[in-house]
Amino acid sequence: MNQPAEKFEDPNAADGEYIRIERRTDDLGRPRFWRSADELHGTGPFLDPQEFVWPEFTAEADQPPGEPSRRTFLKVMGASLALAGLYGCTRRPEEKIVPYVRQPEQLVPGVPLFFATALTLGGYARGVLVESHEGRPTKIEGNPDHPASLGATDVFMQAEILSLYDPDRSQVVTHDGDISNWDSFLAALEAQMRQKRATGGAGLRLLTETITSPTLAAQIRDLLKQFPRARWHRYDPIGCDNARAGATAAFGRDVRSVYHFDRADVIVSLDSNFLLEDPGSVRYAWEFINGRRVRNTKRQMNRLFVVEGTPTITGAMADVRLTIKASQIELAARALAHAIGAAPESGRLSAEASKWVEEAAAALDAHQGKALIVAGESQPPAVHALAHWLNQQLTNPGKTVEYLEPVEAPGASSLIELLEDIDSGSVDTLLILGGNPAYDAPADLHFTQRLSKVPLRAHLSRYNDETSYHCHWHLPESHSLESWSDARAFDGTSTIIQPLIAPLYPSKSAHELLAAVAGKPSLSGYESVRNHWQAQHGSDDFEDFWQKTLSSGVVAGSAARPVQVSAKAPLPMSEPSSGTGFEVAFRPDPCIWDGRFANNGWLQELPKPLTKLTWDNAVLMSPADMKAQGLTNGQIVELRSEGRSVTGPVWPLPGQPRGALTVHLGYGRTRAGRVGGNQQERRGFNAYLLRTLSNRWTLPGVQLSPQSATQELACTQHTQLMHGREHDLIRVEEIGAYDKAPKPRKKVPLTLYPEYPYKGNAWGMVIDQNACIGCNACVIACVSENNIPVVGKDEVARGREMHWLRVDAYYGGEDEASAEGPYFQPVPCMHCEKAPCEVVCPVNATVHDEEGLNNMVYNRCVGTRYCSNNCPYKVRRFNFYQYQDDKTEQFKLMRNPDVTVRSRGVMEKCTYCVQRINAGRIEAKKNEAAMVDAKTLQEREALRTRATQAIAQIQTACQQACPTDAIIFGNLNDPHAPVTHLRSEPTNYVLLEELNTQPRTSYLPRFRNA
Amino acid sequence: MSQIFHPSMNTLAKASIFGAVFIIAAVGWVASAVDRSPYNTDAGVVRSQPVPFSHEHHVAGLGIDCRYCHTSVEVSPFAGMPSTKTCMTCHSQIWTNAALLAPVRESWNSGAPIKDATGHTGWTRVHKLPDFVYFNHSIHLAKGVGCVTCHGRVDKMPLMYQHASLQMEWCLDCHRNPEKFVRPRDQVFSMNWDAEKDPLRLGETQATLGPKLVEQYQIHTSQLSNCYVCHR
Repeated sequence: MNQPAEKFEDPNAADGEYIRIERRTDDLGRPRFWRSADELHGTGPFLDPQEFVWPEFTAEADQPPGEPSRRTFLKVMGASLALAGLYGCTRRPEEKIVPYVRQPEQLVPGVPLFFATALTLGGYARGVLVESHEGRPTKIEGNPDHPASLGATDVFMQAEILSLYDPDRSQVVTHDGDISNWDSFLAALEAQMRQKRATGGAGLRLLTETITSPTLAAQIRDLLKQFPRARWHRYDPIGCDNARAGATAAFGRDVRSVYHFDRADVIVSLDSNFLLEDPGSVRYAWEFINGRRVRNTKRQMNRLFVVEGTPTITGAMADVRLTIKASQIELAARALAHAIGAAPESGRLSAEASKWVEEAAAALDAHQGKALIVAGESQPPAVHALAHWLNQQLTNPGKTVEYLEPVEAPGASSLIELLEDIDSGSVDTLLILGGNPAYDAPADLHFTQRLSKVPLRAHLSRYNDETSYHCHWHLPESHSLESWSDARAFDGTSTIIQPLIAPLYPSKSAHELLAAVAGKPSLSGYESVRNHWQAQHGSDDFEDFWQKTLSSGVVAGSAARPVQVSAKAPLPMSEPSSGTGFEVAFRPDPCIWDGRFANNGWLQELPKPLTKLTWDNAVLMSPADMKAQGLTNGQIVELRSEGRSVTGPVWPLPGQPRGALTVHLGYGRTRAGRVGGNQQERRGFNAYLLRTLSNRWTLPGVQLSPQSATQELACTQHTQLMHGREHDLIRVEEIGAYDKAPKPRKKVPLTLYPEYPYKGNAWGMVIDQNACIGCNACVIACVSENNIPVVGKDEVARGREMHWLRVDAYYGGEDEASAEGPYFQPVPCMHCEKAPCEVVCPVNATVHDEEGLNNMVYNRCVGTRYCSNNCPYKVRRFNFYQYQDDKTEQFKLMRNPDVTVRSRGVMEKCTYCVQRINAGRIEAKKNEAAMVDAKTLQEREALRTRATQAIAQIQTACQQACPTDAIIFGNLNDPHAPVTHLRSEPTNYVLLEELNTQPRTSYLPRFRNA
Repeated sequence: MSQIFHPSMNTLAKASIFGAVFIIAAVGWVASAVDRSPYNTDAGVVRSQPVPFSHEHHVAGLGIDCRYCHTSVEVSPFAGMPSTKTCMTCHSQIWTNAALLAPVRESWNSGAPIKDATGHTGWTRVHKLPDFVYFNHSIHLAKGVGCVTCHGRVDKMPLMYQHASLQMEWCLDCHRNPEKFVRPRDQVFSMNWDAEKDPLRLGETQATLGPKLVEQYQIHTSQLSNCYVCHR
């Protein structure tokens, strides 16, 4: 890794000191770090790096959309000019101030309130604090008191605010596709239920996703007591079924494994993407990174071994990584078990895999009790059982892993049982609460076909989606931010979900629907939840308990109880997959999950962590396989298996094992909405059409046939490149060679301008690349905080994505097959001390301020784009069109009122969340000014402390969302600020230092513990 | 073919070339005068309101403090508009049948925000800043900027109007030279405070007191004209 650095003499340096510029290429002239095959091999736009002028945007960037003729263009321009002229003449419209009739007690107009609640994914709660401006929820933050959040969030939690205001959400009850209302449905339901009461509920079925809500579980329990012949079924497209089956196989009972990554020195992941896909991911990411914070004073880090079937962000963090076909991982796991103890060997591993197993086994053996083995949901139960057995052999339970009582509500039957009962004609009323099985059920179950045999079916859902289409009744479901409920986290901790806003549409929650089924249609969700907790808690001081619980966002002491279990010897080897052709791995999409976020524009436009694709899924393939098949990027291929087929574009993924394809679920929706795809316009292809019950995660024997067509994919991997100046952008060092890591220069660089003395605050940011897991939470947090618009696939393809903060991904390694990483590098505005953008603006729309910020003044900007042209980091974004949707009423409620909504023709960029800085500074200054009136010395000191705290507590949105504290912002003039300490780390460096821009954003290198 | 222009045109041409300077200057002056005029700034324009509320009566006549109605002015960017309940604290006892107060009673009884006779909800905004300007009341009060400094003598306004132009140059007048305007923190709500007549600060004038207060209140003038202080 450590190539000898080329040295350039610095005329300003003292004897023997050099500017150290890390070489960009190795001895053979290949780049050390690369973003794509083209860059690695010097093909495509990289053919002639000497001659090639790096465009800021792609070649088509100056084309208006839809390629209008010159005539149309002139017409449009003429009309815009005329309108611009007329607009200048209008009087400002009259505005109204609408005061409250009775102002709520805690509410101060203009000052946001925060409410603790929880959002669920796959049924599991993640605690959040939601910012509310006069009753409008506008931003979601993590709840520091919640065990699954610790104050951080992931992309899904951040994006829920857009889902709440999504204008495509279902707004009305429909019956056979016609508009109806709740009363009609309740009347129809009551007619059914009257019969059911006589027959004990025969024929009544519920179908839900995983439920952790204690209230809902109790309601279902009561309902099944009331109707003993009714049944409840559960289906999750992602879920934890393998983990449950694995625990049952190992321990003879279902338990929930809770990991403590921060207590482990060696971690082995068996295809587990625990940094992104586990109900506890946000916490796990923090714990994992906490064992890897390399500082000058702490030069150790944990060691992560990953064996995975397809590259993931967890694999990207691995110190020792092996990518093999997902079906081969069980072999590797068995070999590992054999090396540790008594398990029988199963053999047949490649040399590379054997080496990985050997290294992992040695490391595990040396760290008994401080090691951890985790298995991924995509692996069969046998692998989970092996992981449990291995953990036990290494005396890890009680130290790095704990076993708790199961968190989800028990007692549900499976989807297959439901379908069998439908076939036998014993189901006449089916209520589907949430979920979208018509879209995401395994293809070989023929769900929709069998569903249509049920005489009465109703679907409660946020969207009128594929399943609603196949049901008689569609019932709009309230969003978590507009209804009462409760839910449990990965460790069982309960949270009472409180609404932030009254339902925007006439929708109901699952609690309210179940109450109606039970014959109490007027029982509100609030009463259901409150009554349940009152029954649990008893009436003594219940009000006190209720208020405290709502305020803190966690029910104290509600975590699941630990259980004592011991793992049995591993199961026999499951039947190895056979068949010729490719092996397809199904994975939840890192942006839209199982498809439930398909209509969320923020998530659709979010570049996927590894491929940087937006708006589409693709058939991810090893570049060598693509070459062997003669495929080009984006070429359509047909995947065929057992008579089922899907077609989609192919895309190279460095590190993908040969013979394996990866497809992300969640795309190809037909009734998601205007963003996520409908009958007329689909996004991506539906990989569920290949998924079968027995091959939910890995499908062997898939035939691939190339088609002639090619699909354009909007990939951001090559947009916003730094002008081919990619020397030394990313630093990856071996932890063992910490002392050899490049150190900062000591000399102050030469400059013609005088240095500006910063007397007050001087803002700065340090990004710890060793902590960045590439999860993208920061990007969505930034979008949400700063009213950043969605621009659409066409505009992204032109390189016009508007994200103020991008996460660059650089691969290491000599070729695609042995690709390392990628290594992630979040790039916000650098707020350069000598900012190149500032000197070229003809209208002074971007200027420096007293606290070192590079201000972007929208009202001065005339859109010359010189600044963006001159920015070496390519962090400025231009509104080529009116990207903001300022017509849709719902979005008006969503916007952050503290940030200007930018219009067409204006440049914008990261402001270091200046609205938060200003809020903190104003708070500080109010306290400072009040010091003159202080009567006593103590009072004066208290005011001073409060002022200092107000400054110290300022967090940027990206920093606040980051699960791993990879982004640290603060006042560089404060000697106690964490940012000041990090900036003085010897390994701290800035991007493109040779340009002498003196950025305020600096980076700590990535370390490997190989 | 005869000449199109008579020789006297030469003089006219010379005069107009010379005069162009004045013409351009005049056009420029007119443009800037219009820009600063109440026609453009709405200064001094009285707005129609659901109830013809008199600040003169409530402030000067009854001596009600600003904060009785504008409750959040010290803690929030927004000064706060009184809820219907605030009006009704007094008007459920006095002037209970006044026709002028019908919209207030209507709001109180129906629970809906106040409406004018034409059915439009809410009070008409008098002080309107562009959407890209972020003004914060609380910090101005904390640093000794009085209500009167920006809003004028509301105690002399039977009907509310905008006192100042609210243009950026007007903001910068104070942001560049706050010592000309700041007053003691205990006098910010006073309608008639005058540096020269302050019994607690005898012998002071704004010119002598201002710089002292700027120092005491830690007003960092150089920062006040940074763009991000108001725009973001």
